[in-house]
Amino acid sequence: MPKYTKPPSHLQEILKWNGWGYSDTRFLFNKKGQAEFTGKRYRLSGMIIPALQNWFEGTFGASVQHKSPAMPILTSSAVQPPTLNEAFVDELKSTGIPCSHDAEDRVFRGHGHCLHEVFALREGKVGRVPDIVVWPNCHNDVVKIVELACKHNVCLIPYGGGTSVSSALECPPEETRCIVSLDTSQMNRILWIDEKNLTAHVEAGIVGQELERLLNESGYCTGHEPDSMEFSSLGGWVATRASGMKKNIYGNIEDLVVHVKMVTPQGVIEKGCQCPRMSTGPDIHHFIMGSEGTLGVVTEVTMKIRPMPEYQKYGSVVFPNFEQGVACLREVAKQRCAPASIRLMDNEQFKFGHALKPQVSSIFTSFLDGLKKFYITKFKGFDPDRLCVATLLFEGDREKVLQHEKQVYDIAAKFGGLAAGEDNGQRGYMLTFVIAYLRDLGMDYYVIGESFETSVPWDRVLDICRNVKARIIQECKDKGVQFSPLSTCRVTQTYDAGACVYFYFAFNYRGLSDPVHVYEQVEHAAREEILANGGSLSHHHGVGKLRKEWMRETISDVGMGMLKSVKNYVDPKNIFGNRNLI
Amino acid sequence: CGSLSKDPMLKKRDDFEDILEERRNSSDLKYALRCYTPVLYKGVTPCTSSMLKSMVLQSDQLHYVINQVSKETGKATDDIKEEASAILEEMAQCLQLSTVRFFAFTLSKAFKTLFRSICVNEDGIQRLQQAIQEHPVVLLPSHRSYMDFLLMSYILYTYDVALPVIAAGMDFMGMKFVGEMLRMSGAFFIRRSFGGDKLYWALFSEYVKTMLKNGFAPVEFFLEGTRSRTSKSLTPKLGLLNIVMDPFLKGEVFDVNVVPVSISYERVLEETLYARELLGIPKPKESTSGLFKARKILSEDYGSIHVYFGQPVSVRSLAQGKVNRCQFNLVPRHIPRRPSEDIASFVNDSAYRLVRAQEENMVLKPWVLVASLLLQYHHQNQAAGQKRGIALGELTAQAVWLRDLSRQYGAFLHWPDHIPPSEVVSSSLTLHRGLYVYTLKQHKELLSQAVILLSCASYRNQALHVFVRPALLALAIHTASSNQKQEVFNSFSFLRNMFSNEFILCPGATVQDFEEACYLLVKTGALQFTQQEVLVTERGHRTLAFLSTMLDPFLQGYQVKETLCNGCVMFCVQKGGCVHNSIQRSREHLRIGLKYMEVLSSDLQKNSLAALLRLGAVRKMKG
Repeated sequence: MPKYTKPPSHLQEILKWNGWGYSDTRFLFNKKGQAEFTGKRYRLSGMIIPALQNWFEGTFGASVQHKSPAMPILTSSAVQPPTLNEAFVDELKSTGIPCSHDAEDRVFRGHGHCLHEVFALREGKVGRVPDIVVWPNCHNDVVKIVELACKHNVCLIPYGGGTSVSSALECPPEETRCIVSLDTSQMNRILWIDEKNLTAHVEAGIVGQELERLLNESGYCTGHEPDSMEFSSLGGWVATRASGMKKNIYGNIEDLVVHVKMVTPQGVIEKGCQCPRMSTGPDIHHFIMGSEGTLGVVTEVTMKIRPMPEYQKYGSVVFPNFEQGVACLREVAKQRCAPASIRLMDNEQFKFGHALKPQVSSIFTSFLDGLKKFYITKFKGFDPDRLCVATLLFEGDREKVLQHEKQVYDIAAKFGGLAAGEDNGQRGYMLTFVIAYLRDLGMDYYVIGESFETSVPWDRVLDICRNVKARIIQECKDKGVQFSPLSTCRVTQTYDAGACVYFYFAFNYRGLSDPVHVYEQVEHAAREEILANGGSLSHHHGVGKLRKEWMRETISDVGMGMLKSVKNYVDPKNIFGNRNLI
Repeated sequence: CGSLSKDPMLKKRDDFEDILEERRNSSDLKYALRCYTPVLYKGVTPCTSSMLKSMVLQSDQLHYVINQVSKETGKATDDIKEEASAILEEMAQCLQLSTVRFFAFTLSKAFKTLFRSICVNEDGIQRLQQAIQEHPVVLLPSHRSYMDFLLMSYILYTYDVALPVIAAGMDFMGMKFVGEMLRMSGAFFIRRSFGGDKLYWALFSEYVKTMLKNGFAPVEFFLEGTRSRTSKSLTPKLGLLNIVMDPFLKGEVFDVNVVPVSISYERVLEETLYARELLGIPKPKESTSGLFKARKILSEDYGSIHVYFGQPVSVRSLAQGKVNRCQFNLVPRHIPRRPSEDIASFVNDSAYRLVRAQEENMVLKPWVLVASLLLQYHHQNQAAGQKRGIALGELTAQAVWLRDLSRQYGAFLHWPDHIPPSEVVSSSLTLHRGLYVYTLKQHKELLSQAVILLSCASYRNQALHVFVRPALLALAIHTASSNQKQEVFNSFSFLRNMFSNEFILCPGATVQDFEEACYLLVKTGALQFTQQEVLVTERGHRTLAFLSTMLDPFLQGYQVKETLCNGCVMFCVQKGGCVHNSIQRSREHLRIGLKYMEVLSSDLQKNSLAALLRLGAVRKMKG
């Protein structure tokens, strides 16, 4: 077997192979039983989190004495030898495009971050994975690879940041052809910035934080910040219809994209101009956005950019209960004065966030905290088991931010909301970046969990939150889960006509013989509940293979037919055979 | 339906406690004034009845309907709002603890005089307590007496359970003082008919839903709609059930717990009143003075009452796989819409299931079996032209046979096994002396004889739900042209269909009912099945004869109706008129020689007419 060449930059080397994020960064309970966050990459890194153990043990009935450690390294024998299409491989090598069939490389690209995927890896179990990984360096490389794939009838699965939570990266077990993982990570350059039109033309393999960093150097940003932005790629955003935390100012991916180039088995699809809006029949971008790798590979994107904001300010508001909080968010949306981000966490999530408070260094801070708590619960009469908190992020000119802040706090006051400081707000946003690390911690102690999302009209927000949370609790009970689960939600985005709701769900699986199966049944039931309550199949995670079964009722028979006929025209041989979506 | 465990003998039921016992041993006043702190629904925010009213008036639903009515009629919305407010005033309950305490005191006194015991299954109360904390609760008691809802509230007060709000018919409002008293003990009043009145319907349904959704109090109503005069469960009315299921179906609550409650009276207070009413002597209008006249009943012994709080039924689990809740996703939920077909049939099926759940836990006293036997004996005698009594020994032997049979069929029979059967039979005869003495005497006067027979029949009816399926099979075997299984099934299916206005037979459950009947008869050794045929065993003849005789009066009723209708189509101006006419006709027929007095029952006549209309045997004509 000839030796393949690997590309020089390889994010894979600093990331975990069987969990979330950087290898040097993780939560652990130290010898004193205190939680610690290792590494140096985050604000919380290197800190002790004194309240986490209590919260963890209390919420899940778990114990730091009962460990369920992961397999430390991948045994190559667990990975099936690759099915190689020799003719394809030979021609590919002659192009000089780097590729590999190392077990580690293949396994790394054979999964996303669904619970069942990570759980299996921790147990050292590996199913069908790609047979070969290729690293194109530019658009033309991709064109060559797709041509070769068509010629030799191999299956291509595009791979960006690998942060999928919809089983989109899973290799279909029924696929008998050679599966090629097309890793876009080397296509990570900003090709040009157009300051007159405030656009940037970027290769699709760039990951979010790198894109922002590079644009910041020129004084710009895209403002697109999905929770996964440390690792997810521009191409992935386009392929799944991603949404960013600050969409209220910058818009979702569909608002940000001006031009897309995608390589399909039929050739390259793109618009002939860089125009802000067109009336030229159905927008072809909308066939590309959300196609989830079933039609081709996105290679280059022109995105809107903005000058970096002058001023940023976090904030938070405490409400006596969730109902009041939702009413306030609804009013904010009605008046169209939502800050860059506004999120409402329910009581459980508020407590969760609270448990992540790092050790305070001064007595003064802890005294202040005590005073605040006293004021809210005793003086204002908020029930600590019902109150909830909205976290806010304002961005823009300093003066406008302050004005805006006042407007929002005034509305909040009408719904019984009390301003609760910047610190609470900032911690709320931190939670979204560390939540995936926390899941790994849970898995070390018999706790498994996941998050999922939906969008829903305003009049149903309260109902869907209550019912889905209750359904999760009931299903866990019915399925024999011994401990009561964590079932919590937040309203995480607001729109004119509705909101996006995010659920966290986790439970202690001690005593269950097949925890992943139980987990999947509960998640399935929760999704049925979401649909029955008028929620969408997905707001921004996408469909993948995980939620495929509900596509027909979501978009109707004719809708399915339309999507299928596009697929049949663009990719009749199913070269892009990840079998997502339809 | 299909809620049956395979073997009815294995049905587990709770034990009873007599709540009057403590009342006889301690102060009623103290009891009425004791600390009452019920556990409430978890999410409940304290709320007064006036707050409730304003919540209803300000709801999106009502705004929508008011605007709609205004557009249709041209009336100003403010006027309609005023109208709405007045309707709500007339409707709303205003539960007050002081009134409840007053009732707790007076009812204690009355109950102790009237009844020997009031027995309640305490496990059921515990389950109810639990259910109330989890989800909004709907209480569905069976309805045999005016007593029912006072009794329910009395029991719940006794056990410190949240007091319900009760849907009551407007006719109570006729009783000036009493109506207000009832309102203050949690009753809210609905007009008997308000067919096309959108505003009324919106107010009423929104009022009930608001109370339910907020967990203000358990909502109580009678599935049967009215008191059953025959002791037979009535086919369920669906209006209120539709309303209380709606918040679940639309996702406004996670679940609703429905609790069927079976109230069995050893002797109903209205016993003879009902029989007279069934014979066409109109029911006296509810009035306060009427109530006082009725107080003479205080001097009689009405035996014991058994109240069984059934297993709470989750509407969510009932709807699992039957209703697609996504159907509410495309239209705002506050816009009133007709229930879709799947929801209509879901509510209907559920209603039947719930009535059957009530029936299953109805306590049967030995007298019910004795009355059934005496009635059959009476009719046989009459047919033979004989006029003699039955020896107590023979009656006892038969009653013991029937006791064992009914137990095998899963009846909830309260037969004191530690007492010799002859004593059991004679003591139940004593309690119902008024009835059987006359039965045997063969009264000359037709009407009073009919009253007594109908009263007896009402006791037999209490056991009908136990026997009806096997009895239909017995009758089917009897009437089928051959022993072929298919023939018997066809005949069963025809009879079942015909009687579906008469008995509680779940729609669409013919096969299940047939299988259940076969199972019971085979299990008890009355039937054998070969590949193709149904065979009656040697010892099965007695069982089958008893069973089919049980349905005989009904069968004759339907036959008479058919003949009559053939003759009187011209008189069918309207339903009421027709029934009246037929009563006249029946009386004539009686002279010709009718075997069963029961045929005179207006209930039977009404049901048979409805069945004939449904089957297309007769047609309603106008003019």
